[in-house]
Amino acid sequence: MKRLQITPWQAFFVLIAAMALLVLAVDASGNGYFQTFTALMLIQVMLAVSLTMTNGFTGMFSLGHPAFMTIGAYVAILFTYPVGRKGFAMPALPETVAQIHLSLPIAALVGGLTAALLGWLIGRLVVHLQTHYLAVATLGLIIVVQTFALNLDGFTRGGRGITGVPREATLALIGFFTVLVIVLCWRIKHASVGRAMLAVRENEMAARCFGIKAIRLKVIAFVLGAGIAGFCGALLPHVVSVMSPKSFGLILAFNLVAIIVVGGQGSIIGAIFSAVLITFGSESLRQVEEATGVYGMTQVIVAVALIAFLLVRPKGLFGLKEPFVRTS
Amino acid sequence: MSDYLIQQIVNGLSLGSLYALVAIGFSLIYGVIRLVNFAHGDLLMIGAFMTFGLVASDVVPWAAIPLLVLAGGFAAGGLIERIAFRSISGAPMITGFIVTLSASIAIQNLALIFLGSQPRNFNFPEVFRMRLPLGGADVALIDLVIPVVTLLCALGLTAFIRKTRVGIAIRAVAENPFAAQLMGISIGRLVFLVFGLGGALAALAGLFWAGKYGQINPLMGFLPGLKAFLATIIGGVGSLPGAIVGGYILGFSEIAFVGFLPPEYSGYRDAFVFGLLILILLVRPQGLFGEAEQERA
Amino acid sequence: MLRVEGLHVNRGRTKVLQGIDFAVETGEIATLIGANGAGKTTTLMTLSGLLPISSGHVTLQTPDGSFDIGATSPVDLVRAGIVHAPEGRQIFGRLSIEENLQLGAFLANDKARVARAVADVYERFPILGERRTMPAGNLSGGEQMMLAIGRALVAEPKLLLLDEPSLGLAPQITEEIFDFLEKLNREQGVTMLIVEQNAMLALELANRAFVIENGRIVLQGTGDELLDDPAVFEAYLGVG
Repeated sequence: MKRLQITPWQAFFVLIAAMALLVLAVDASGNGYFQTFTALMLIQVMLAVSLTMTNGFTGMFSLGHPAFMTIGAYVAILFTYPVGRKGFAMPALPETVAQIHLSLPIAALVGGLTAALLGWLIGRLVVHLQTHYLAVATLGLIIVVQTFALNLDGFTRGGRGITGVPREATLALIGFFTVLVIVLCWRIKHASVGRAMLAVRENEMAARCFGIKAIRLKVIAFVLGAGIAGFCGALLPHVVSVMSPKSFGLILAFNLVAIIVVGGQGSIIGAIFSAVLITFGSESLRQVEEATGVYGMTQVIVAVALIAFLLVRPKGLFGLKEPFVRTS
Repeated sequence: MSDYLIQQIVNGLSLGSLYALVAIGFSLIYGVIRLVNFAHGDLLMIGAFMTFGLVASDVVPWAAIPLLVLAGGFAAGGLIERIAFRSISGAPMITGFIVTLSASIAIQNLALIFLGSQPRNFNFPEVFRMRLPLGGADVALIDLVIPVVTLLCALGLTAFIRKTRVGIAIRAVAENPFAAQLMGISIGRLVFLVFGLGGALAALAGLFWAGKYGQINPLMGFLPGLKAFLATIIGGVGSLPGAIVGGYILGFSEIAFVGFLPPEYSGYRDAFVFGLLILILLVRPQGLFGEAEQERA
Repeated sequence: MLRVEGLHVNRGRTKVLQGIDFAVETGEIATLIGANGAGKTTTLMTLSGLLPISSGHVTLQTPDGSFDIGATSPVDLVRAGIVHAPEGRQIFGRLSIEENLQLGAFLANDKARVARAVADVYERFPILGERRTMPAGNLSGGEQMMLAIGRALVAEPKLLLLDEPSLGLAPQITEEIFDFLEKLNREQGVTMLIVEQNAMLALELANRAFVIENGRIVLQGTGDELLDDPAVFEAYLGVG
């Protein structure tokens, strides 16, 4: 079988076509379950691709995506929540802010930018850390953000969570942004910035000898990843209509890591495949969980499968390569 | 001394002891294999549930329970080593990370499946909940027993590491596993032992935790596990006394934070702890007694 | 005592040893000399069981029995009497001298015997005895070498493998060390296989010598024979 190799432009058109087809088909089906599932899956794809950039390109191991998602979510909701009810739901919100209403795309962007800002503040400091310390620090970040979200209940309604978030996240919107994120990360990877990042991943010491500003690249990767995570975090509650401090936590961080590991820690197409595969797989397992009442089964299977996978294929399915697309 | 202060000191000692017990195992393991063991905190949960099960089944006399929990913790720790770590020795650090994280998730969810997500309530026999007067304050006996037992364990372990042949071997492997092998030391067996020891101590901490707080659930181990990591960092990775000191520093800091700030801040307890973690990692990752790690870029 | 036949050893994808044959008789000092990267350390690591054998046979013959090195674990090989003192000495700097020596006898069960062996080492190397409770990392290079040898001796080796004992040591100290090794062999009959870059010293000391180049033995003979050999002189003895 001849190796299938298409050019990046062709891949781009395939992507747009596939996305359009998917969105139209699922929307047309009118099936609420499929629509929600597809929306969530596409958001997973976005998260996976952005994590591929943050972790995969530069070789960092950040578990912090859920923290940035939480921030993006709460900030966006501040602006999309129906103005009339804001005063009641979020009493601590100053009147000027409460009066502002933004549509979802704008609000999500604001959320993403806020997350990116925090990503910059934290990232500048944290990228200096060694692998395991970075991982633990970003894990700690999740807990810190969750704690603040729980306690600042004047803004977030704390543990009670926010319900009635307007379902403005249409499939078309999500699909559009998914394509955008994929293209963005792809362009980065194949530009000199991306190549420099990959060099840092391979051998940071050597890269620095060549004048590559490793720290700056890591910060860029971190901030971009945080921003995209914040954006995705903003979109999610607008699909499921609820948000709580524990919505994005360790389990999500772990699942994202699993997706990246399976896809290959630096492969965008690998991340897409992997995200789709694992989202489907997890959802199917979840159905089984519901049916049998064995709650927790999905995670056990994912965890064990991941360990087994790592033993067999430590570099993931595709490593750093982009399958099917000629990239030289 | 005000009785409130005495109360807080005792609380700090008690909580600090729990963290110290978990941190010791963590530090031992890290010293030998240079990997953060995310699954370590879950051993605390295993210990707690083991205690619960033994007490509920009413088969075993009270005095035997701690010993059984220690043995069970040892076995559990060794099992985790066999299953999760044995297969990845020599792999890059990130792989080790993911594997131990996966192991932790697997253990937590297995516990959810088999033990149910409902928290269980649980109480030590009356005698431990007895309150004693201490300098004007009213202190629970268990909060005094915990530090005493912990210090005994710490002393015992320190003597073990310093004086016995196996203890010296552990220190040797921590320094140079290659040369240690040339002495005829079986690295695999040693790592197993260290995991077992760490597991035993963490399980004991679980027993105490259950008795002190009266409530257990399958997810209870993760946060203390991370906090134990913080304690290890404070004291300096690879240093046993450091782990113990770090545990107490953390315990006292947490109690002080809750005890001496106005109550509306007490919900931020965990944010404080993990903010502290991030701070220490940034400012002084080698902690109090540890040596600076190999050069980082 | 040691018979190596057709030994091939790979490290990763590199074929380091490509079929070497040699033998070490009981009671003799043998030396393996060659340039960097020729395969000397790989050979020793294979003999102590740390590297797998791709093909070939290595047999150890001792009064206790016959051992197929490819099929024996590193721990059992130490028990059988193969003690490997690695390149760069690699003593445990954070442990005390006494603890370092005790580790040498890790597998021994007879405490009295170990104590005697340790006392023996202190007799031969008084400076170690003086500093026995101090961290070994404080020792000078030559003293560390003494410790490394002492540590190996405590294990009562039947075959002592030494990887570049002269590495990083001043010439005077190196002379002392080699004198000591000669005496050890003469008085106690300890069989040794020494890997060395310092060909002159090694050939002077050794009964039998093997020259290894690119993973193959290209020359062998007695120490004196090779010292007189012009080819060896040019390749290994001409400089330094």
